[in-house]
Amino acid sequence: MLNRRTLMVAAGVALGCLAAMPAAAQETVKIGLILPMTGPFASTGRQVSAGAKTFMAMKGDTVAGKKIELIIRDDAGTADQTRRIAQELVVNDGAKVLAGFGLTPLAMAVAPVATQAKIPSVVMAAGTASITKASEFITRTSGTLPQYSLPVGTWAAENKIKKVVTLVSDYGPGIDAEKWFTKEFKAKGGEIVEAVRVPLANPDFAPFLQRVRDAKPDAVFVFLPSGAGSLFMKQFADRGLADAGIKLIATGDVTDDDILNSMGKPAIGTITGHFYATAHDSPENKAYVAAFKKANADMRPNFMSVGGYDGMALIYAALEKTKGDVTGPAFMAAVKGLSWTSPRGPVSIDPDTRDIIQNIYMREVKDVNGELQNVEFQTFKALKDPEKAEAK
Amino acid sequence: MLTILFDGIAYGMLLFILACGLTVTLGLMNFINLAHGAFAMAGGYVTVVMMNRYGISFYWCLPAAFLVSALIGLLLERTLYQWLYQASHLDQVLFSIGIVFMAIAATDYFMGGQQQLINLPPELSGRMDVFGVGIGRYRLFTIIICAVLAVALQLILSKTRFGSRLRAAVDDRRVAMGLGINVPLVFALTFAFGSGLAGLGGAMGAEILGLDPNFPLKFMIYFLIVVSVGGTSTVSGPFLAALLLGIADVAGKYYVPAIGPFVIYALMIVMLIVRPNGLFSRGGR
Repeated sequence: MLNRRTLMVAAGVALGCLAAMPAAAQETVKIGLILPMTGPFASTGRQVSAGAKTFMAMKGDTVAGKKIELIIRDDAGTADQTRRIAQELVVNDGAKVLAGFGLTPLAMAVAPVATQAKIPSVVMAAGTASITKASEFITRTSGTLPQYSLPVGTWAAENKIKKVVTLVSDYGPGIDAEKWFTKEFKAKGGEIVEAVRVPLANPDFAPFLQRVRDAKPDAVFVFLPSGAGSLFMKQFADRGLADAGIKLIATGDVTDDDILNSMGKPAIGTITGHFYATAHDSPENKAYVAAFKKANADMRPNFMSVGGYDGMALIYAALEKTKGDVTGPAFMAAVKGLSWTSPRGPVSIDPDTRDIIQNIYMREVKDVNGELQNVEFQTFKALKDPEKAEAK
Repeated sequence: MLTILFDGIAYGMLLFILACGLTVTLGLMNFINLAHGAFAMAGGYVTVVMMNRYGISFYWCLPAAFLVSALIGLLLERTLYQWLYQASHLDQVLFSIGIVFMAIAATDYFMGGQQQLINLPPELSGRMDVFGVGIGRYRLFTIIICAVLAVALQLILSKTRFGSRLRAAVDDRRVAMGLGINVPLVFALTFAFGSGLAGLGGAMGAEILGLDPNFPLKFMIYFLIVVSVGGTSTVSGPFLAALLLGIADVAGKYYVPAIGPFVIYALMIVMLIVRPNGLFSRGGR
C-alpha cells in the first residue's frame, strides 16, 4: 500500500513539474540537424554532428535569450528520407532552422520544403555549387567544389606542371571539380591530356590508373569522395605512378583528415587544395581541435566537422543580429554578409549568393611528429564560388 | 596490354575466392545465401583489427580470417540456417538479406562507417617489371593463393570421401542419410568452409576492393554474377566465369572508360542467353 501511495505522490510531483516547466523555461529554438548517421556516408554525419556539438559545448546553448536545442535525425543518405524528415521536423517538432545535409541530392530534396515553409536551411557538408540556387532560404558553411578545385589548377599551372590527366567520380561534385580545374588550368596554359570519369561505386581502380600511367602526364588531378579516395591513394602508390614521375594533386576530400593517418606512407607528398586542415595553425583552430578531441577521443576533426561547427556559428551569429527572431526572411537577411573567424580562418557569407567566402589553402601531406597531416603552404584569400560569380 | 590482362586475372581470382563459397551453398546445398558477403566482411574486419590494433603480421591474419569466418558460419548454420534448408527460396532470400542488414548495422556500430585500410608488408607492396610487363606484387600474391585454393577445392570435391558424401547428400538427402551419412554434419562443415573462404576473400580483398560496412551489399551483385554465369554445379565453372568477368571488367574500363562499367553486365546477359544454366552445366537441369 505504502509503495503505491509513494508512487502516486511521485507521479503527481512529476506531473506538476512537467506542467510548470514550459512556463518557467526560456523560449527554445529547435534546430533540426538532418545527417546520414548510418549507411555509406555515416562518417560525414558523425563528423558534422560532432562539430556542431563541439560548438555548443564551447559556446553554451543560449543565444539572444533563446535556448538552442539540437534535434539530430538520421536520413541514411537517401534523399526521400531527408525530405520526409525535414517535413516532420518543421510540422511536428516545430524546428525553426534546418541544417546538416551530407550530400548534394539530400540538400536538393530539402530545398522545396525550405522555400514553402520559409525555413532557413544551413548546408554543412554538401559541395555542388548549384545547391544555394535551389532556394533563397539555403545558405552554406562547407564550401563548393569549384571553389577549391580552381586554386589547384592555378597552383599546378604555376608550378611547372604542363600535362595533366583528370580523374574524378562520375557524379555532380566530380564533374564540378573536373570542369573548374580544367578551365583554370587551360586558361593558364596547361594541357589536359585525358579526362577519366570513374563510376561512383567502383571497386578496383586498376584499369583507370593504368590508363593514367600510359598517358604519361606530369600530374594527375583527382576528386573522389573521401572513402574511395584513400583506396585510390594506395593503388596509386602500388602501381608505381609516383615512381614514373606522375604527381598526385587533388581536392582535400582525397586526403580527408579523418582517415589520412591510416593511409600510411603512400600519401606523403600529395598536394591538395581545400578549406580546412586539422593542422591549420591558428589559436581558434587549436581551441577547436582540443575541444573536439575531448568529446571524441578517437576522431580527428576534418573539413566536414568544421562545416558543422561553422553552421552553428552562423546560426548563433544570425540570431544575435535578429535579437532572437527566427522567422525565415528576417533570419536570412541577417545571414547575408555575416563574417566571423572560423577555425579554418576568416569566413563570410556572400550577400548575393548566400554561399560561403573563404580562404583556400594548398597543402602537402607530411609526417608531423609521427602523424600524417595536411600541412598548408600557400593561401588563396577570400575566394567566392566561381560558378555563381561567373553566372552574373 | 599484358599488364591489363594481369590485373584482370588478379581481379577475377579475387572475385572467385569471394564467390566460390556461394557456389558451394547455392549450388551444392541449394540454399540462396545472400548474406555471403557478410562473412567476407567479417574476414576483412578480422584482418583490419588484428593488423591495426594488435600489429599482427598480414600472413597470420589470412588463416585467422578464414577460421573466424568459418566459426561464425558454423555457429549461424547450427542456430539459424539449418531451419531454412527446406523453406522456400523466397524465405531464404528474405532471411539472408535480413542478416546482411543486421551485419551492416552491427559493423557500423562497432567499427564505424569509415573506409578501413591496411598496410601490407613491404615485400607485397609496389610492383616489379618482368620482361617489360608491370606486375603488382600483391596482385601476383593474390593470383597464386587463389589458384592454389581453386585446385584444392576441385580436388576435395571430386576426389575425397568428404566430397563424395557431400555430393550424395545434395543429390538425395534421404538416401544419403539411409546410407549412414551424417547429412547435417556434412552440411554444417560445408557451410563453415564456404564462409571461411569468403572470409579469406574479404581479408585479401581489403587491399584492392576496400572495406566498409556496406561491403556485403556492394559486392553481392558481383558474387551473384559470378555464380549465375559460372553455374553452380562445378567449381571450374565459376572459376572461369570469375576470370572472364575480371578480365572483361578491367579491360573494358581501360579501353572504353566511358562505357566500361557496363561491359560486365552486357557480358552477363550474353552468357545467360547463350548458356542459361551456366558455362559448364551438367546438361538438362
